[in-house]
Amino acid sequence: MSRADAPILSVRDLKTYFFPDEGIVKAVDGASFDLLPRTTLGIVGESGCGKSVTARSILRIVERPGRIVGGAILLQQNGSQVDLAQLDPESREMRQIRGGDIGLVFQEPMTSFSPVHTVGNQIIETIRLHHPVSKQEARERAIAAFRSVGIPKPERRIDEFAFELSGGLRQRAMIATALSCGPRILIADEPTTALDVTTQAQILDLLRSLQEREGMTIILITHNLGVVAEMCETVVVMYLGRVVEEGPADAIFHNAQHPYTQALLRSIPSIHSTARAELPTIAGSIPHPYNRPAGCPFHPRCPDFMPGTCDKAEPRLTVVGDGQAVSCFLYDRT
Amino acid sequence: MGSPVRLLEVNGLKKFFPIRRGIMRRVVGHVRAVDDVSFFVEKGECLSLVGESGCGKTTTSRCVLRAIPPTAGQILFRPEDGSVVDIATLSKGELRPLRRQMQMIFQDPFSSLNPRRTLLDIVAEPLVANKIGSRREQLDRVAELLKLVGLRPEYMRRYPHAFSGGQRQRIGIARALALNPSLVVADEPVSALDVSVQAQILNLMLRLQDQLGLTYLFVAHDLSVVKHVSDRVAVMYVGRIVEMAPTAPLFATPKHPYTEALMSAVPKPDPRLRAQRIVLEGEVADPANPPSGCYFHPRCRYAVEACRTETPRLVEIQPAHFVSCHRAAELSLKGIVE
Repeated sequence: MSRADAPILSVRDLKTYFFPDEGIVKAVDGASFDLLPRTTLGIVGESGCGKSVTARSILRIVERPGRIVGGAILLQQNGSQVDLAQLDPESREMRQIRGGDIGLVFQEPMTSFSPVHTVGNQIIETIRLHHPVSKQEARERAIAAFRSVGIPKPERRIDEFAFELSGGLRQRAMIATALSCGPRILIADEPTTALDVTTQAQILDLLRSLQEREGMTIILITHNLGVVAEMCETVVVMYLGRVVEEGPADAIFHNAQHPYTQALLRSIPSIHSTARAELPTIAGSIPHPYNRPAGCPFHPRCPDFMPGTCDKAEPRLTVVGDGQAVSCFLYDRT
Repeated sequence: MGSPVRLLEVNGLKKFFPIRRGIMRRVVGHVRAVDDVSFFVEKGECLSLVGESGCGKTTTSRCVLRAIPPTAGQILFRPEDGSVVDIATLSKGELRPLRRQMQMIFQDPFSSLNPRRTLLDIVAEPLVANKIGSRREQLDRVAELLKLVGLRPEYMRRYPHAFSGGQRQRIGIARALALNPSLVVADEPVSALDVSVQAQILNLMLRLQDQLGLTYLFVAHDLSVVKHVSDRVAVMYVGRIVEMAPTAPLFATPKHPYTEALMSAVPKPDPRLRAQRIVLEGEVADPANPPSGCYFHPRCRYAVEACRTETPRLVEIQPAHFVSCHRAAELSLKGIVE
């Protein structure tokens, strides 16, 4: 990973709000990060932090009543730059990018496949949407994609329905579908959350070897800090729609600066920690999206809360180290 | 505590579910969900059942509560009067007074609470069902329970939707404690919660255990959580216990290859520890059609010929450390380095 590498995707001050009848939910409220080619970027956070909505915004599949209200999503394409936030989600161009340039793997492989079509037909459909090939050729490509993700007997498995596959195989089939059109970027939204640990290890291994083989860039969205530590070069930590800290994985896990990141890391019962010792906790719980606190959204739970500062204005991302930036008034001295 | 008392002792527990096929719904086979499982839980301790989906940990815990009837085996429970009863064979009527002493904490705090009933209704329900106390006394008891689990008693007229996942899990715990149970079965009590809330609930459960002298049978798949709360751990694979030991030796020096693989598969929250993980080939065996010999042999990297043909027995390899593996004595497996 050389510093000279230009980002393949840059998200700039992305704002995605939802407008249900009851009010406004600022699901993503000013997220910015860069994705460097051939690396894995982890977006980590608890429920409601906006990590999945960020992914859906990039692919322009945010469901109503949500929409992107501000910011830019800049994708590098053959030397030129497209702002995905400006495209019509239904446009031809966006359809080519979605599934073509950027593949997506969902969390729940059971619900993301149609139960009434074979997995093969679904992947063949994807291939033919993006490439002008015959059904037979698409089928062969689909079988090759199945083989490349390590599904045994792919020529037979392809004619099975999603419910006939085990969780691990379903997730492999999902990854095969996402990869079938040779995307440059793969967005994996909680790809292993529904899986057992030994299956999770298999899928993480698969993602890593695919990345080495295809030179793919991965955005990995997860709540599991262990998965992030194992997989990612760069980490973005989100809380209530905002990026609170980002930086190289080693800096995030060993030199976290934001009080939320620090508290989150302390609160996980590590497999290395002392048994039955009282775990440090974060006070309170994640606020309901309608009751988003003013100022820094973390201030009601923050141990370093500064009255008159944190509850008045929102902090900006401030660079604190090599590639590490924090959004907190402890560092934002302006 | 003097010599430890076995609050619960399970011997040779089996639970088979029939597989029916065809128009006559003939039984064509059995899913051996729990296949000859034996363990005990001492008063005041926490035993965890850990394993991957389909290993039979939840079925075991449900049999212990007689939520489902076991196919075979003994479930010996020691009620408060000091006698020993076999829960597996009791009739519904005989079981009823014992139910107060065994309660359950559920996994999903969203679906386990009735959305149309207030906290008061939910937490007082076990009291009402068992006709304990006057309405006034029940009210006081609910207030006391809510305080115990860290909720404000003023909330008791509210409905579950007003509470976050962590708070709902506290409500579930308050309900489980309403009848002063001695045994609490907790099935994945924190797996649906966010990390920052998970720690709060684990702390609460440990505090309540000390405060009320509770005995936990803890069912979980997350090894870090299990390591944190348990005194002893039983690792299950395809309906059987493959290893059972006090927590520290189990994690430091596992004796079963499956335990070793399970531990190595857990992603550690430290990029400097990106380990050379043991990635198991293939998938968990089908409990309807398990392999011959040791169920783990098709995925085991230490398997020898005997593993294919002979079923290993659970033996005590070191004091209190049980393992079911032909090669347990000769292998030196990697645990978690402190």
